[in-house]
Amino acid sequence: MTAKTQFPGTSGLTLEEPLMFEKSIKDRKGYSLPDDDLPELNNDSLLPAKYVRDEISGMPELSELDVVRHFTRLSTWNYSIDHGFYPLGSCTMKYNPKINEVTAGLCGFTHLHPLTPASAAQGALEIMYRLEKYLSEISGLSAVTLQPSAGAQGELTGMLMIKAFHQSRTDSNRNIVLIPDSAHGTNPASSVIAGLTTRTLASGPDGCLDIEALTPHLNGNLAALMMTNPNTLGIFEKKAVEITKLVHDCGGLVYMDGANLNALMGIVKPGDLGVDVLHINLHKTFATPHGGGGPGSGPVAVTKTLEPFLPAPSIKIDPKGFYYFDWHRPLSIGKVHNFWGNFGVMIKAYTYIRSLGAEGIRKVSEAAVLNANYMKERLKPYFHIAYDKLCKHECIFDDSFQHQHDVSTMDIAKRLMDYGFHPPTVYFPLIVKGALMIEPTESESKDTLDQFIDAMIAISEEAKTNPERVKDSPTLPKLKRLDETKAARQTVLKWIPKSTPNA
Amino acid sequence: MHYIPMTEEERRQMLKTVGATEISELFEDIPESYRLKQLLKLPEPMSEWDVLCHLKKLAEKNEPFDKTPCFLGGGSYRHCIPSVVPALIGRGEFVTAYTPYQPEISQGTLQALFEYQTMITQLTGMPIANASLYDGAMAVAEAVLMAQRVAKKPKFAISKALTPGYRTTIETYARHQNVILIDLPLNQDGSTDIAYLQSPDANDLAAVVIQSPNYFGVIEDIETIGLLKQNTGCLLITVINEMISLGILKPPGELRADIVCGDAQSLGLPVSYGGPYLGFFTVRESALRQMPGRVVGMTVDTEGRQGFVNTLSTREQHIRREKATSNICTNQALCAITAAAFMATLGKQGLRELALLNVKKAAYLKSKIASLDGFDIRFSGPTFNEFTVSVPGSVKKLNEYLLNNGVIGGIDASDQFPEYGNIMLVCATETNTREQLDQFVKLLAAYGRECF
Repeated sequence: MTAKTQFPGTSGLTLEEPLMFEKSIKDRKGYSLPDDDLPELNNDSLLPAKYVRDEISGMPELSELDVVRHFTRLSTWNYSIDHGFYPLGSCTMKYNPKINEVTAGLCGFTHLHPLTPASAAQGALEIMYRLEKYLSEISGLSAVTLQPSAGAQGELTGMLMIKAFHQSRTDSNRNIVLIPDSAHGTNPASSVIAGLTTRTLASGPDGCLDIEALTPHLNGNLAALMMTNPNTLGIFEKKAVEITKLVHDCGGLVYMDGANLNALMGIVKPGDLGVDVLHINLHKTFATPHGGGGPGSGPVAVTKTLEPFLPAPSIKIDPKGFYYFDWHRPLSIGKVHNFWGNFGVMIKAYTYIRSLGAEGIRKVSEAAVLNANYMKERLKPYFHIAYDKLCKHECIFDDSFQHQHDVSTMDIAKRLMDYGFHPPTVYFPLIVKGALMIEPTESESKDTLDQFIDAMIAISEEAKTNPERVKDSPTLPKLKRLDETKAARQTVLKWIPKSTPNA
Repeated sequence: MHYIPMTEEERRQMLKTVGATEISELFEDIPESYRLKQLLKLPEPMSEWDVLCHLKKLAEKNEPFDKTPCFLGGGSYRHCIPSVVPALIGRGEFVTAYTPYQPEISQGTLQALFEYQTMITQLTGMPIANASLYDGAMAVAEAVLMAQRVAKKPKFAISKALTPGYRTTIETYARHQNVILIDLPLNQDGSTDIAYLQSPDANDLAAVVIQSPNYFGVIEDIETIGLLKQNTGCLLITVINEMISLGILKPPGELRADIVCGDAQSLGLPVSYGGPYLGFFTVRESALRQMPGRVVGMTVDTEGRQGFVNTLSTREQHIRREKATSNICTNQALCAITAAAFMATLGKQGLRELALLNVKKAAYLKSKIASLDGFDIRFSGPTFNEFTVSVPGSVKKLNEYLLNNGVIGGIDASDQFPEYGNIMLVCATETNTREQLDQFVKLLAAYGRECF
């Protein structure tokens, strides 16, 4: 490591802030409602008395400035992409361009009611129509729905379509979904809601899908294989084409979890590999912000064969160039959202794709993969790598070198905070014990990567020379490690006024 | 390509470190014949200024309610949003953070979510709220799946006045889950007919699902339904998609509801052509471990200082996988803290005043429309800010007439509910000035005259 590396982690003035309820002062106000411009009405006759509530007990009373300071102070206790490097594996924490917030915030979008007649919502429909087309081109699949609100709902939508497809062919014994042991937890959880039974596929010695493990399941009960590609080890599934063919030959379909699409855009189309259904996370690959846990958006792309099963409505264009919703979808799985999905998120993704164009989109994946491989090569001497081969958008290390000094992955993660970085994803995928999953994304510069690498090297040294320092970390954030066991055992899920502890 | 900072020189250095000379070598693990030889067919890239102009043009093709008076509701409600709400929640510290997996550096999001949960319990009168679901439709679908797990029975009685998109979403989610849906018809006054709950058939009900105010705007008598469901032993799922109504209406939690859920878009989120909205979900203590979605709990750090973490995660997909209480991962966290900032700004008194203002606006409009020839208030039950009008001739034609005159009329519910004739759901909120209300009435009157 370079001795003179300046790390971003430092301590500074942090302001305390109680829960907003503890700041409340009776009769304080911070709002300005439109005037009541109506003639005098008798308030008592407006609603039957039996329906009227008492005051909203506990709801705070604050001034506008109270609210401003409250949320501003809270915000300073967060780490975010805008703060610094956020190498959370499988989450694709790339820079969220500010222009996307501006376009999504235009009043012509934010103040447009979802049931506005199509003739008065042509701009919104055009964005959705075109975004579907762009995602279709990127994925190599013929049709797209934008309705799912996040990746997991996209998975459910896709698995329901697979189920509906088999049922439509009166092939209703097909209830088995094969899911690799390296998969995201949402895969099995979504499959079960779609009425399917999951079977776990053990990964091969190379961390990839194993044809030998797959073969016994290739029969009339197979509904689908769910694969993540690149998989959660960041490795491209080399046998993807061979495997999709085997699954198809026995009558099954192939679902691809598109969480890791950031590695493949403009390089290879999942549809060309034989994938039948793919969900895409706009809040990962297409640079829409994650918002501290949403809102996301999880569009689903499918082959021509599966198009009739897409959620209703679909967006169409007539020969005169008029966009409209088509509700006539007799084979559709139905709806997964009251309206059309997270439209505000779609505008951001649309803006991103229009800003980048085809070449920009490909460069995203190229730079993301180069950054990940650079990270892997530089860190390899210091951290054990479970599967040392060419990686795609992320690389996975573990704590086996550090473990001999009684320093764990969690300790390394927490110590990184002191250096000013967000930790990688930890303890996932489950097939790597003590996994540290690093996804740098294309947004980060070499000097940021080097800075992070130097911090990781410094921690690997500390693990040997001063393990207690690592185990006692973090020391710089507002709080030290939190007691999660206490939180789960003595659950406190809301504020309770101190004067009435049993309320 | 201003989002990728890598210079040519850096690229060369990095390729050297990884032992490659060309980027393409990093993709050699992808079979050569499948690697794209040409660029994707996407539009040419645009500069920031050009893309902004392009999006502005698209936005101008729409008729937002601040430009064109609008009387649409139906699960998406037009309300004034105090400027502090987007200003605060738009801070990059909130917007560009991930799910708070590392609580030490996520206390801002976590405390705000804890405050959100608290205020949702205050508003609904329920003991426990989760940290959000996607939207009202998905929240109700999850409520049905949860009630089936708790009650271990398949039969659900669903009010016909449940928002149709919610009903369809329940069907989608429950299709393969051994759930039977039974329709509860409507009374003359537009409330749900609950006679079924008193019949012997109701003995094996898992739950009854009632929305209030319902799709037709009518406020349901949750208190009576709460007493009845006690006799049958089923659960009561109360759905709310206009949360401002709880500024003045009795909270279902005080009326024996077991699950109160729905959409909280009204609490500070723009209508935004249908999303992102905010699914909220509340339960009783006994059902806590069956609840779907994330929840934030209070705890302490190693020095005993108060702090917050995501908790009870053993219910969730990343731990329990196929046995999880839901498949949800990413939720609508930023929407939840938006609602928290909105509720904090309006506070105890503001929420009540706002609710009352909505009642007044709608009552004024309702009384004016009731006096017009050819128009009738379809249902006599009490309403909040939305009500159902019988109109002369087709609603579609009326809405075209209104749009030609610069007004976006109410929802045409005639196709979905042909048994009630030509009906329009009309919603008036504090965003509708008296001038707009009078203009709307004038246009209806003129249209009515044209019809006769």
